[in-house]
Parts: sequence; C-alpha cells; structure tokens
Amino acid sequence: MSTTEQDAVPFLLRGPGKPFPPPEYVEMRGREGLARAVLPSGAPVWLVTRHEDVRMVLTDRRISSDPTHEGFPRPLKTGGVPSAKEVPGWFVSLDPPEHDRFRKALIPEFTVRRIRELRPAIQDVVDRSIDAMLAKGTDADLVEDFALSVPSLVISMLLGVPPVDRDFFEAKTKVLVTITSTDEERDRASEHLLRYINRLITLRTKRPGDDLLSRLIANGVFSLEELSGVAMLLLIAGHETTANNIALGAVTLLQNPEWIGDDRAVEELLRLHSVADIVALRVAVEDVEVGGQLIQAGEGIVPLMASANHDEKQFACPAHFDPSRSARAHVAFGYGVHQCLGQNLVRVEMELAYRTLFERVPTLRLAVPVEELPFKYDGVLYGLHALPVTW
Amino acid sequence: MAARIEIEGDRCIGAAQCVLSADKLFDQDEDGFVVVLNGEPDGEDLEDARTAAMICPSQSITVVED
Repeated sequence: MSTTEQDAVPFLLRGPGKPFPPPEYVEMRGREGLARAVLPSGAPVWLVTRHEDVRMVLTDRRISSDPTHEGFPRPLKTGGVPSAKEVPGWFVSLDPPEHDRFRKALIPEFTVRRIRELRPAIQDVVDRSIDAMLAKGTDADLVEDFALSVPSLVISMLLGVPPVDRDFFEAKTKVLVTITSTDEERDRASEHLLRYINRLITLRTKRPGDDLLSRLIANGVFSLEELSGVAMLLLIAGHETTANNIALGAVTLLQNPEWIGDDRAVEELLRLHSVADIVALRVAVEDVEVGGQLIQAGEGIVPLMASANHDEKQFACPAHFDPSRSARAHVAFGYGVHQCLGQNLVRVEMELAYRTLFERVPTLRLAVPVEELPFKYDGVLYGLHALPVTW
Repeated sequence: MAARIEIEGDRCIGAAQCVLSADKLFDQDEDGFVVVLNGEPDGEDLEDARTAAMICPSQSITVVED
C-alpha cells in the first residue's frame, strides 16, 4: 500500500477543547500501513501508532536516534533535539555502541535499591513543598507550587546542588518550562544553569560529596564537557516530564477519588496521560518495513507513545482510568535502549507526591471546572500550564 | 511442563522493569545489571516472569517453556 502526500495528517493533532490523546489516533491505528504527516517545515514524516509497531521502531537497529542523520525529524521550534556533537554528553542522541558508555555509567545511580534509599529524602522534598504551599493561604497553582518544585528539588539533591543554591536552581529551571517565559528569558535561564552546573562540577572536583556528580567525576568515565551535558540532560529530562505527570495525575485522582491512596494508580496514570507522546524522534538509516509500510533510508519516523498506550489491542477500554488493570506494558517511558533512565525515580516521586498531598490536604479540590483548565496543546510535552486548586 | 528463564546479559540496560515485575525472580547487581534469583519459576511466579520478559526494554529475557 502506498500513502500519498494528499493523505497526510497535520503533525500536531492536539487542540484547545480536544481530548488527549487526539481521537484521530483511533482511525490511524485501524488503517493499513502507517500515517503520513507533514511537519511545519514541510518535511514529511511517518507516524507510528500501534503498540507493537512503536516497540519495533524503538528497538530496530536500522532506525536511529542520531539527529545528524539526513532526514531526522525537526518538528517544533522548541522540539529540536541537539546532537551529541553539538552538546557532548547528550547521549539520548547517540545510537549503540556510543550510547552505551553513558547509559552504563549512570545505571548504578538509578537502580531500584538506590531509589529505595532515596525515599526518605524524596519524602522530605514533598513535605517541604507542601509546607510552602500551605503557608501561602487556601489556594495555589498546583503546577507552580508543587508539581514543578518536587522534581526540581529532587534533581538538585541528586546532582549535589548545595541547599543554599536550591532556590536559585529551582527558579531557573522553572523559567525553562513556563509558557509565559520569552525565548530570551529561556535562553538566559539555560545559560545561567549551564554556567552553574560547570561551577558545581569544579566544586565537586575539589570537594566531593555523596552525590551523582561527585561519583561520576571520581570514576573518570566522562570528560568535563560531557559531564555538564549529562547533568543538563538529567535536569531537563526529569523536570517538566515529571511535573506534567504529577499535575495531570492529581486532576485524574480528584475526579476518581475512590483510587486515592492506591499506589497502583501511578502505573495507570503514566499510561493514561502519556505526556511524552512525540518525544522519541527517529530516522531510518536503512530501508525498513514497519506495520506493513516500507520506510526508506533517510525518512523521519515519530512513534506516538500516547497512541501505543491507548491501543485497544493492548489495553481494553484504553480511555478508562482503571488502576486494577495491568498497565505495565505501557511505553510512557519509551522502549528500547533509550527507555527513561529515571523511570523508577519518577514512580516514587509520583507515589509519595499523591500519598502526601491527599493525606495532608484532604479537602483539596479544583478551583475551576476541569474543562477550563489550561492544558498544554502547544508544547512538546502534554500537561497543564497551571492547575488552580483550593482547600 | 518446566519453564526456565534465559538471560542475554550483555543486552541489559538496567531499567529494572524485571525487578519491579518479579522481585522474587530478578535483582540488579552493583552495576545495575540483571541477576536471576530463581531461573525456574512456576505458578504465579511464571506469570510474573512472562510479564518481565514482555516488558524488558532491551529484550534480554526469554522464558523457555517446554
């Protein structure tokens, strides 16, 4: 079957007032072959919608994550993926075997055991964020005052940012992901953070602490340049993604209060919301057939995580929030060698965030009707720009 | 019908999805790579082993049933 450019769908199918994932995904999963979309730049790209096909794209060696290959998709202004040539240490843009040196050095920092050891410290971060939120009165923006604070403080703790600098670190990271920030503000915040991280590397070289950066410096696997790229990547990968999950999940739990207090909700929320729908960009480096469609070398591919996670063949009644189902096969964290390194940390952050939030603020409720919430239709990640709550 | 777990350890990327699915069967070593605690699961453990094999992002786990 061939697909002509006339059949192409718009790349971004989200829109104000439309449900997420976009309803068009249902039809796209049901059709033969793959769907063709045209990027704002005019470049065509293949959209992969079925669970099985998405997993294949993310594990096939003929398909690359390296943006230096001709034809790599560049969907949005803010969605440009730097290559590891532009930003040394940006290893999500590397294929095996180059990728593996970075991943292997970082795995020990994110094992299940290591994350379990971090639970008391994460609990402390969650408690302090709620203290600060409650101190402000009887209403808050749960995105700004809680969902963004928790991951920012957790990452700064992991990296070994001294407590005295954490407010600075949090303020700068917030600018990066806030819709009202101008491009100039974002660039400046990014510059400040990079400069700060480089200073932190110098500090931890002289005075090592019990933190990820100090250990990476000590084992000498990375150059200083790679180290700062890795630190920036961990910061960016773990911040807005986690925040969006925490915020969207809070809304879903407020609408389904019978599941509050059940830790199984976390896995189902990750599947249901699939905030990183269009994050895994790929390009074919050899001809490859996916879902009955021949993709030629040099053609861009976007596996849609939210579509895979709402594939009726994998998850019955996919739009229904049901924490009692087995959601474990979801690809909310991707699949293949690039599957999220911090996923077990995110699970614990979400678990402790919900448990503590609903225990400490049992009267928490939305301050506006759910249909008036400002959902993110315009960013790379799906989420909420703000979440007005009261108690 | 006996089942056994086979591992291709050099593929492992330490995502620990096997540990989360079946912590009686799988663990991580100090470097974060998969270690099999019980390679001959049965009953409920066998179900968990199948889930672990299905969701492993590096496809390092096979459950051989013969």
